Amino acid sequence: MGKGKAPEWLLPLALLMPAALFLTLFIAIPSVQALWLAFQTPGGSWSLEPFRRMVTDTRFLPALRNTILLIALIIPIQLVMALTMALIAQSRRRGAGFFLYLYAIPLAISELAAGLVWLAIFTERGYLNVILRGLGWIERPIVFLSYERPLGILLAVVVAEVWRATAIVMVTLVAGLQMILGEYWEAAEVFGANLLQKIRYVVLPLLRPSLQAALIIRTLFAFQTFAVVVALGGGVLPVLASEAYTWYVGANNPHVAAAYSLVILALSAVATGFYLYVLRVRPEEMGR
Amino acid sequence: MRNRWLWTLFLSLLALLLACQPAATPTPTPAPPAAPSPTPLPPTPTATPAAPPKPVLFLSTQLRPVEEAEKMRNVILKPFGAPVEFIPEDEGPFHDRIRAEIQAGKVTVDVVGALHGNFVTLLKDNALEDLTSLMERLKDRPMIAQFVELGKLGTDRQYCIPWMQATYILAINKKALDYLPAGADLNALTWDQLRQWGENIHKATGERKLGFPLGPKGLIHRFVQGYLYPSYTGAFVTTYKSPEAVEMWRAFKALWEHVNPQSTTYDFMQEPLLAEEVWIAWDHTARLVNAFKERPDDFIAAPVPAGPKGRGFMPVLACLGIVKGAPNREGAEALIEFLTRPETQLTILREVAFFPILDIPMPADMPVHVRLEGEAVVKQSSAPDAIPALLPVGLGGKAGEFNKVNRDTLERIVLKGEDIQKVLQEEAGKLQAILNETGAACWPPDPPSTGPCQVR
Amino acid sequence: MKGRAWIGSALWYMGAIALALWVLAPIYLIGLLAFSPRMAVYRWPRPLLPLEFSLETMRFFVSATGTLAATRNSVVVALLTMMLSLALGAPAGYALARFLFPGREAVRMGILMTRMFPMAILSIPLAVTFIRIGLYDTPWAVALVHTAMALPFVILITASVFVSIPRDLEEAAMTLGCSPLSAFLRISLPLALPGLAAAALFTFVISWNEVFAAAILTLRQRTLPALVITVLNESPLYFRFAGGFFMVAPALVILLIIRRFLFNLWGITSR
Repeated sequence: MGKGKAPEWLLPLALLMPAALFLTLFIAIPSVQALWLAFQTPGGSWSLEPFRRMVTDTRFLPALRNTILLIALIIPIQLVMALTMALIAQSRRRGAGFFLYLYAIPLAISELAAGLVWLAIFTERGYLNVILRGLGWIERPIVFLSYERPLGILLAVVVAEVWRATAIVMVTLVAGLQMILGEYWEAAEVFGANLLQKIRYVVLPLLRPSLQAALIIRTLFAFQTFAVVVALGGGVLPVLASEAYTWYVGANNPHVAAAYSLVILALSAVATGFYLYVLRVRPEEMGR
Repeated sequence: MRNRWLWTLFLSLLALLLACQPAATPTPTPAPPAAPSPTPLPPTPTATPAAPPKPVLFLSTQLRPVEEAEKMRNVILKPFGAPVEFIPEDEGPFHDRIRAEIQAGKVTVDVVGALHGNFVTLLKDNALEDLTSLMERLKDRPMIAQFVELGKLGTDRQYCIPWMQATYILAINKKALDYLPAGADLNALTWDQLRQWGENIHKATGERKLGFPLGPKGLIHRFVQGYLYPSYTGAFVTTYKSPEAVEMWRAFKALWEHVNPQSTTYDFMQEPLLAEEVWIAWDHTARLVNAFKERPDDFIAAPVPAGPKGRGFMPVLACLGIVKGAPNREGAEALIEFLTRPETQLTILREVAFFPILDIPMPADMPVHVRLEGEAVVKQSSAPDAIPALLPVGLGGKAGEFNKVNRDTLERIVLKGEDIQKVLQEEAGKLQAILNETGAACWPPDPPSTGPCQVR
Repeated sequence: MKGRAWIGSALWYMGAIALALWVLAPIYLIGLLAFSPRMAVYRWPRPLLPLEFSLETMRFFVSATGTLAATRNSVVVALLTMMLSLALGAPAGYALARFLFPGREAVRMGILMTRMFPMAILSIPLAVTFIRIGLYDTPWAVALVHTAMALPFVILITASVFVSIPRDLEEAAMTLGCSPLSAFLRISLPLALPGLAAAALFTFVISWNEVFAAAILTLRQRTLPALVITVLNESPLYFRFAGGFFMVAPALVILLIIRRFLFNLWGITSR
């Protein structure tokens, strides 16, 4: 490389162009079209009315709070679990590949099906109560998903989401781990590092690019998924995405829905920017 | 080596799949697909003799559950001569699709079947053909006049042709009968007796066994609009924040003490009824019917309770219409004519338990679950103190927001325990804003108004 | 020393099995409920063991109009999506990982921004676009949208992979006479295969489970999620589980096939 400026500059452009055009055509343009609606009244004139409606809605603040709370609770747990799974799957013991396949299975579960099965577990006459009763711990079923105890619903959602979406983090991490393990890991072993030290000083630093990708992907999804929350929480635990969807479909008001979408977009951008900054790969580290 | 082999396998698999894929004809007009269509209607033999009738594309928000949809395809639509592609769809995508097809100017859907309220939205989207002349031809059918009038959507033209009706009733597990308060008549309950009943069960079993569909897809807003308010205040919009309404919410809060707190996850009450998480539930007949169907000996149906002003109840109307610019207008009209025939109406009742919109007697040979529900429906509408309430009329695309206000009111008062006066004051303001914006006049049971309906 | 290794192994297997049970238990329950007789789904206490077996709901569901055609459509869409998004995404990921050019971070952020808008709200503009360009109600339309949905992530993942591949290797190859292209094809690409495979898997999953775009862009050519969504939302519980299981089962088989395929690749690259 480095034979003058033009090729240095042209090649990445040529490589990026098809993807960029594609995204512009199919996502960016329709998104902008939809977002304009947030600044319009149904009559078509410019106005901040949709935002006023959104902010004064009794569910807006709870939805904002719940969204952030859920993300803050779920993602760290998922990260730890996904890393554990990825390390297990990358070890050289017999059956590691088999476990990787097992851990990847929730990838195949749609949000709706996940909501369904976790509802079958947590509902009043569901499996959790069957087990508790079988163990003789309770006499009569406990209502876990009672509106009187939003904390119970919140925890149920955390459990279900951790189950459903950890695989996606794991798959991203496995790809990164694949390249680290091997010589670096062995080198650390030679120096007598224990498991935690290896994770702390070898895996985590080298895994930064994959970690960044996994966190961004997971967070962006987390801002947009709501089927599990809705299945378990009904209206007791509104989140931003479910409110956007309810306004769009239920209340038939794309304007307020667009305002909600804008909030989701802004929060996602902040979170992504945060990850990009904290886990940045400095140019001198690129390709090491 | 192994790799290359796998690649080959993968690619040939892919080639195979692509080969089986119906040719992606970029013509959106319903050209018959080159390869097997995914919804092959009654297995048509390969060699069809001269000019088969054009298929009718029937998009419906009704009869979505898989069993009902199959009944529709395999039983109800069977006697209709031409092929019909019956595609059930959720309300959201239903409106999105019609709107998108209208906006893009390329329509593929012929007939739409949906609730009366959906038709108001369709009309607002300018997506409906005027069917006044078709209605003229169906004049000889004993259609219930009130429904025909509703089908005009507040105009003087017919846009929606009545198709099926339903309403909301109570379903009761027979186990609950032991706790029925003394002196209460199952066919003439009051809300107060229902509260007492729930309380008796609660005390005896330690469980809260009343249930309401407060889930995200539940129809609790209809309960507020057509049952609670009319029973207690004799009206709905005009009395939204009246002193009677305050009393009503107080009484309902007391009743709620005995409602299963998981009600916020219930969309269709037949599920918790069958699981016996609840014993007594209010819901749409189509959302209860499975309980009666699966265990006809364990459940009974009853009319809804009455309040101080009477027995508020809400008939629900599903309509048929033709999409503006439908590619097969002729077939669409024939299908509507077919679906409103008396014999088809009775088949619909028998198979999917939706009630006819024709004034015809119910034959004696109906299945048990249909009879159970049918009797309760008749008792309810013919009760001396009945107050029929209509679905909100004239709200256009704002109907959804209107429902949201009702639901929010209930959730804030009952679930969050906010101050009744304050909530009613605030939510009544939102209600009024919607009414003013749409200019909707009062609908029964509210007294007629000139200009937008006013909350007093 | 030997004793410690044994303990390590035991701990490893215990952890691995515990996690596997956690992952499998809900899947088992879906399967159990999908193959139970109708009323067993409502019984209290619900049986935890498959004592009764019934194909009734499953058979009804599978033979219901359009289910099999929809499954085929879903597979076609998912495979198209996989190919399209890798073809478009991998070069872009490589560009972001290997080249320093002005505005690189902005481009990266811009690409990710496209995924920050909730897809559910985009359905009408998308449907109008596709009807106008005549791709409405074809697997291609759905595949194009799914590609657009997956592409930002494919770029992100592939970029993270290429960043980790030592550039020295490529440069060494070039000093040994390889052209930049063949250096890439012979050195970087094989090393990146696990990452690309992960990206492919990821794409497949996004496409397989996507509901909103598929529901609005198809009418006759339904994909499985678009067909099953009404079942999952509205049908009685036993059909919902049948539908839920039916969506899982083909995906498991396909994951298995992909995994086979991937692990062979991974096998040669790292072990």
